Amino acid sequence: MNVLVYLIPISIFLGALGLGFFFWTMKTRQYDDPEGDAQRILSGVYDDAPPED
Amino acid sequence: MAAPVSACPACDAAALSEATAARGYAGNGGEAQRIILSLPKVHCAACIVGVENGLSSQPGVRSARVNLTLKRATVEADQGVEAEALASYLTGIGFEAYEMDAGALTATDTDKRSRELLMRLGVAFFGMMNVMLLSVAVWSGASDATRDMFHWVSAGIALPIVAFSAQPFFTSAWSALRVRRLNMDVPISLAILLAAGMSVYETMHSGEHAYFDAALSLTFFLLAGRYLDHRTRAVARSAAEELAALEVPRAHRVTATGADEVVAVSDLAIGDVVRVTPGNRVPVDGMVETGESEVDRSVLTGESLPVFAGPGDMLNAGEVNLTGPLTLRVAAAGQDTALHRMADLVAIAETARNKYTSLADKAAGIYAPVVHLLALAAFIGWMVISGGDVRLALNIAVATLIITCPCALGLAVPAVTTAASGRLFKKGMLLKSATAMERLAEVDHVVFDKTGTLTEGNPKLDNLGDHMDEDLAIAVALGQGSSHPLAQAIARAGHAEGIAPAALTDVREVPGYGVEAGWDGQAVRLGRAEWVGAHTLGRTATYLKIGKRPAIAFTFTDALREGAKQAVSDLKAAGCAVTLISGDAEDAVRDVAFRLGIEDYRAGMLPDGKVAEVEALAARGKRVLMVGDGLNDTAALAAAHVSISPASALEAARVVSDIVLLGKSLAPLGDALVTSRKATRRIKENFGIAASYNAVAIPVALLGFATPLAAALAMSASSIMVTLNALRLKASK
Repeated sequence: MNVLVYLIPISIFLGALGLGFFFWTMKTRQYDDPEGDAQRILSGVYDDAPPED
Repeated sequence: MAAPVSACPACDAAALSEATAARGYAGNGGEAQRIILSLPKVHCAACIVGVENGLSSQPGVRSARVNLTLKRATVEADQGVEAEALASYLTGIGFEAYEMDAGALTATDTDKRSRELLMRLGVAFFGMMNVMLLSVAVWSGASDATRDMFHWVSAGIALPIVAFSAQPFFTSAWSALRVRRLNMDVPISLAILLAAGMSVYETMHSGEHAYFDAALSLTFFLLAGRYLDHRTRAVARSAAEELAALEVPRAHRVTATGADEVVAVSDLAIGDVVRVTPGNRVPVDGMVETGESEVDRSVLTGESLPVFAGPGDMLNAGEVNLTGPLTLRVAAAGQDTALHRMADLVAIAETARNKYTSLADKAAGIYAPVVHLLALAAFIGWMVISGGDVRLALNIAVATLIITCPCALGLAVPAVTTAASGRLFKKGMLLKSATAMERLAEVDHVVFDKTGTLTEGNPKLDNLGDHMDEDLAIAVALGQGSSHPLAQAIARAGHAEGIAPAALTDVREVPGYGVEAGWDGQAVRLGRAEWVGAHTLGRTATYLKIGKRPAIAFTFTDALREGAKQAVSDLKAAGCAVTLISGDAEDAVRDVAFRLGIEDYRAGMLPDGKVAEVEALAARGKRVLMVGDGLNDTAALAAAHVSISPASALEAARVVSDIVLLGKSLAPLGDALVTSRKATRRIKENFGIAASYNAVAIPVALLGFATPLAAALAMSASSIMVTLNALRLKASK
């Protein structure tokens, strides 16, 4: 059972990594216009003006 | 910049360079202003590109970005760029657009709130997943020191996360308790707190059962419901607030030197002189100082026939000046205008509606006390049975609280409203009020206003075939010389028929009367009956006089609004009685009613008459849906069980309406009714699911058989079932 000493922190760290990634997606406003983002990928024009801050 | 892969690189390059060139405009060095436009019709990738490129091509525009979810565009532009001009340009290239108030402070505020909720939701999800993994080990048989360690690790994750994520419930429960009331958040907070607290106690005493995962998943599922609810409302609320600002109140004040300055209506004082150019709304109540014209009073009275206005006549705010420029001396501005006096009538009518209790409130009213009593009964009962074992009794009481968790109840309503209002929003209907959908579902009688609602307020020539080609050619030529809607209608009809306008000399518009010109050595006139010396017909008409010949009449019918016919027949098919109540003349109302197949119509109704009609229907037990746009409808809109107004309606009408139609067409009305009925049925089904799940779970919990594993399974299963049931709304065609 000693292996748990490593495994639990590792699993929590990985979870926290996911949480950090989620914070990043929120900070970059990726939930503001889900429909628009889904449609933009279909147009040939490169979207070089994503919303800032 | 990564180049897109394409079969036609040249086209892409062209589009790309155009786009980049347009976006490259960095402004004139001055402060940028933000303009927000509402785009009810955008729906695809091509629309996004079209709107953005279209806007970027306009002078002064620095950047434009479409938000498809909210159906609006945000434009950064130089000072001095008119939002109105951008909106009409977009409408011109095929994307219906309306100006919105850019001072959208409240919008960013709700935006912040929803991001905050999302953050709490994400954190709760992270905690739930981690603790769930640890719990799996316990469920599959970890014991003694290992189990305790897992419980301690779970506690370490769960406690701070509960403290952070469940805050919205705690604050709401606290504010309800402070005024000695129970709301849905009280049992929720109690369940979460007791689950966490008891689990800590059990862990400290090496107990077998800890409910950390239940505390977290409860938080997560309920937050999900709260987030959905908030998002739906925030989208509707901010859009409604901004729509209310569509009619930016501005006036042209004539200064002492005779020049014009644009001022806000609120800055006008009594005695100021304002100029109203043809085609614009009168901003204030006032007396005509100079100029002659015709005005359209349809928003105030429902009359479709324009009225003459000359020096000394009183005009009211909201009327539209049609032909000649007028100057008005302000008699009342802002709060004192006829427009605002109507507000009192609205306030009285509205109080009745505020008494409505939503399904969710009704459910919470039953649920909250029942759960508390059950948990208390379990505690007392087990105290007696076990002979005073507090720990066991508390364990079972908490298990009861957790297992009867309002997860399914908390998700039942928001999941459905989100799905349904999303569906309605796609069809161009904006729900402003949270209970609008439920109230709409109960409707069994629909009352329509005529002018501006069922009709476009745009006249259409209907006796073109009665006239000789020569007369028509003259009428068309004269019609081209005026901006009056009737003249324009003749010109349009002529063009559509391919009639070549006659050659006229000295075309001159006489504001307020008509157009005159010379033709073939004779004087020709097109205009009001008394001006050309004709007898007035009882309907919308204009008259043509050629030389000494008796005048001939051109008659008009009001064009029906797009989708009006379909809306009426759909509503009838849905089992609603349809009534048409208008302030217009008998003939015009009968004509529209006949064309739409409405048997029940009233003409010549004044605003309080409309309210009385609606209230009489309500007194007979009818649930009335009022659809109207004018100022004369506002009180009736407020008095009705639920009300809808088109986006083109006057601000006052939109403010009191529960639902705003964003597009031009009325066609979504029937579908809205069907969708709202379906949604209410789903909500009730969801309550049924939650109730039947509780019917099984409560005895199990009361008997003391509930384990953390059973609680976790039941909670997730019921929540998912409720959500899936709600999502059926989205899928069904």
